[in-house]
Amino acid sequence: MKDTADSYVTEDGRTIGPVVMEMKNITLRFGGVEAIKDISFDIREGEIRAIIGPNGAGKSSMLNVISGFYVPQEGEVWYKGARRPAMKPFEVAQQGIARTFQNIALFEGMSVLDNVMTGRLTHMTTGLFAQSLWKGKAEQEEIENREVAEKIIDFLEIQAIRKTPVARLPYGLKKRVELARALAAEPSILLLDEPMAGMNVEEKEDMSRFILDVNDEFGTTIALIEHDMGVVMDLSDRVVVMDYGKKIGDGTPHDVRNNQDVIDAYLGVAHD
Amino acid sequence: MATPLKRADGPQSVPALLHRNATKFANAPAYREKEYGIWQSWTWSQTRDEVEALALGLMEMGINEGDFVAIIGRNRPYLYWAMMAAEMCGAVPVPLYQDANAEEMAYVMNHCGARFAIVGDQEQVDKIYDVQDQLPEFEQMIYLDPRGLRKYDHSVLKQYANVQELGRQMRDKHIAELEARQAKLDYDSTGVMLYTSGTTGKPKGVVLSNRNVIETAKSSSEFDDLRQTDEILAYLPMAWVGDFIFSVGQALWTGFCTNCPESADTMHVDLREIGPTYYFAPPRVFETQLTNVMIRMEDASRFKKWLFDTFMAHARKVGPDILDGKPVSQWDRFKYKLGEAFVYGPLKNTLGFSRVRVGYTAGEAIGPEIFDFYRSLGINLKQLYGQTEATVFITAQPDGEVRSDTVGVTCPGVELKIAENGEVFYRSPGVFVEYYKNPESTADTKDAEGWVATGDAGFIEEGSGHLRIIDRAKDVGKMADGSLFAPKYVENKLKFFPNILEAVVFGNDKDECTAFINIDLTAVGNWAERNNIGYASYQELAQHPQVIAQIQEHVEAVNESVAEDEMLSGCQVHRFVVLHKELDADDGELTRTRKVRRRIIEEKYADIIAALYDGSPQVSTETEVTYEDGRKGSIKATLGVRDAKVVPVTAKKMAAE
Repeated sequence: MKDTADSYVTEDGRTIGPVVMEMKNITLRFGGVEAIKDISFDIREGEIRAIIGPNGAGKSSMLNVISGFYVPQEGEVWYKGARRPAMKPFEVAQQGIARTFQNIALFEGMSVLDNVMTGRLTHMTTGLFAQSLWKGKAEQEEIENREVAEKIIDFLEIQAIRKTPVARLPYGLKKRVELARALAAEPSILLLDEPMAGMNVEEKEDMSRFILDVNDEFGTTIALIEHDMGVVMDLSDRVVVMDYGKKIGDGTPHDVRNNQDVIDAYLGVAHD
Repeated sequence: MATPLKRADGPQSVPALLHRNATKFANAPAYREKEYGIWQSWTWSQTRDEVEALALGLMEMGINEGDFVAIIGRNRPYLYWAMMAAEMCGAVPVPLYQDANAEEMAYVMNHCGARFAIVGDQEQVDKIYDVQDQLPEFEQMIYLDPRGLRKYDHSVLKQYANVQELGRQMRDKHIAELEARQAKLDYDSTGVMLYTSGTTGKPKGVVLSNRNVIETAKSSSEFDDLRQTDEILAYLPMAWVGDFIFSVGQALWTGFCTNCPESADTMHVDLREIGPTYYFAPPRVFETQLTNVMIRMEDASRFKKWLFDTFMAHARKVGPDILDGKPVSQWDRFKYKLGEAFVYGPLKNTLGFSRVRVGYTAGEAIGPEIFDFYRSLGINLKQLYGQTEATVFITAQPDGEVRSDTVGVTCPGVELKIAENGEVFYRSPGVFVEYYKNPESTADTKDAEGWVATGDAGFIEEGSGHLRIIDRAKDVGKMADGSLFAPKYVENKLKFFPNILEAVVFGNDKDECTAFINIDLTAVGNWAERNNIGYASYQELAQHPQVIAQIQEHVEAVNESVAEDEMLSGCQVHRFVVLHKELDADDGELTRTRKVRRRIIEEKYADIIAALYDGSPQVSTETEVTYEDGRKGSIKATLGVRDAKVVPVTAKKMAAE
């Protein structure tokens, strides 16, 4: 029923909307290696969608296809009811898809605030000349964007490091700053590449809280890759499971947990 | 705007003062808070409107006169307004410690029978939800920050802004009744109820009347010449009497501006941006700041370090005298001016103390070195002595008579007397009304003539008339040989070392004194980093042989200093243990205001205390710890017990006899 209905309400009272993005029969090859083999799945508006799988399953490749970094050899990406042509990543960003990276890609020498402000780039229209003069429209625009950035800083509780250069921050905080930058773009879909990799239990709990709050407060659709099964099962509404580039499961955390293929992939099974 | 509540003899309640200020200082800033990176500010007339809107909203929600309203959260203008709004409705605000766990909150809210709670955020809402089954009288909750609360059941939960909106809509319906209720408030009606942190037993609700609050605010403001243009930073717990008097009492009386930091972590940045002129901090805050300055100076270039050391030495020599207006030679004055330009000025700016005109510390003894450091920079730091039952002020140091070892002379309107056993008693207009629902304790503490027992032992110094506090009266005991035992005296001396965060001394009825020591992780951790000493945990660092050796040096230095005092020379520490965990309020070992709870520590660590007295070289122990979210765990450790050198005192004692 959930697969066909236009929208439905979850147990905890959130409304999940219609499909916003659909991957149709995606195949991605690097030379002779097939990283993704004929995978189809969809992402609904307002949901937290997880992509899981063992190392080398093709999860990050899948995320890169969504973010437009890789163009699949076969298959189609449908976004907001239209087929998306091959695009440059910045064009995808302009369409409202923002992401974070597995191995943090912030501007290390810049302050947290400046990093978050770069996330607002797609929302700025004044040119280089106007911004250098910083008069009239350019000034007004910066004030408006700063306001959005500050609300996100407040939301993620990073006020104390607002002016700190990113290079001086510990790993867990950098991850949070990266999330802040992605959020600053006010994306309709937020892609998180292993948001909890390398974190301790406490940092993971904080991050989970923030992800849930972002989804809850801004209604942002979130697609995330994660290794930590516990985290995935707690956070997500639906899960895609990948193994060796193939989709071996798709459904609610409960369904996936009881799927024999998934259990085999994670616990290992004798190959004959 | 009419001020219907003003009487011939001045405002007699907190709301009346608010109305007065809304007219008298209408456009002057009353409250500021940093939010979204900007200082948002409200004038006195805006404040009155905000408070009134909330009060009208509370009326619509059915608040009655005499109801108790629990207020829980970090310092924010909205919560100060909530206290005033409750008073406007004739109800009694009860601020609670925001870091209290759910059980502690349940006890207090149950004890006063709070019907309403006004809280900061989801964390506080969750805590109250956890215990609401135990609170039969509790009805409605109002929250400030909606984050994460969308999915909660909103039948008993309302957003602060919505309540204010409701109040504005229903203004015509309730305004007459609200004004009537305010008109009924006078000096004898209850202004606020504050729960003591309680070093022993359950917290007690101290009822303070409008008389207590206003008279105290008035006399203390006059004592220090506080002005309408002063600025303070409100960052200490709202449940603590001091914060109530500074941020509500004195702020309303003098009309100065109360500034709230953006978050607990940004306090130091915000302090610097605001540059308060009137500042209060417990000794621990000054200690931490000094430690940070020293650690940073270690990393400075050699020239800067030389500059700092040279001018600080000069400041120590003449700074306090210049501050007190004593004669100092022209050459020294010139050198001090030079130092002001190169070192003191920039340093004060970094610390956020550039504009401090009156600074206070209280609650614990402050180390003389720390005290002198700040005073030598030209910061007018003084000590005061007070307690919740006195509406803070008992004694304070007047300008020009400041010393680190006394707590000053009596505040205006306060009388002091010392009982035979050394306990300090006082009587003042600030003396509390009663402990709520606890007549026995009230009778034990306050006699029919209004004298209140402080529970502290002390004496009035001859000549200067300054009060000196020795220790908590019930902690002062006798050693087995009959000599005086004052643990706090020794603990304070130990804590003056930056490496030592906390110390607990034992020895009542024993032959010799022993001690628990907590290392200061910031100071010792920095030292370890500097000396390439690796450690994986607090526990490992605390038991490092070199760390213990350093602590031993400190203990022995303290012993030498204690030995010089004839009365207390028996209190030298013979054996000590460096503890494997920090004493913590979540484990019940400290109060929320970070005072040591001796009885609990003695019970909990009985095995370690036994080892201190049976001569064993080490002790294995397992301790239960409580995490911030209430989960429990335990840590195991083997602790080394060390002997410290003591100065023989028998000879002196013989001579004295």
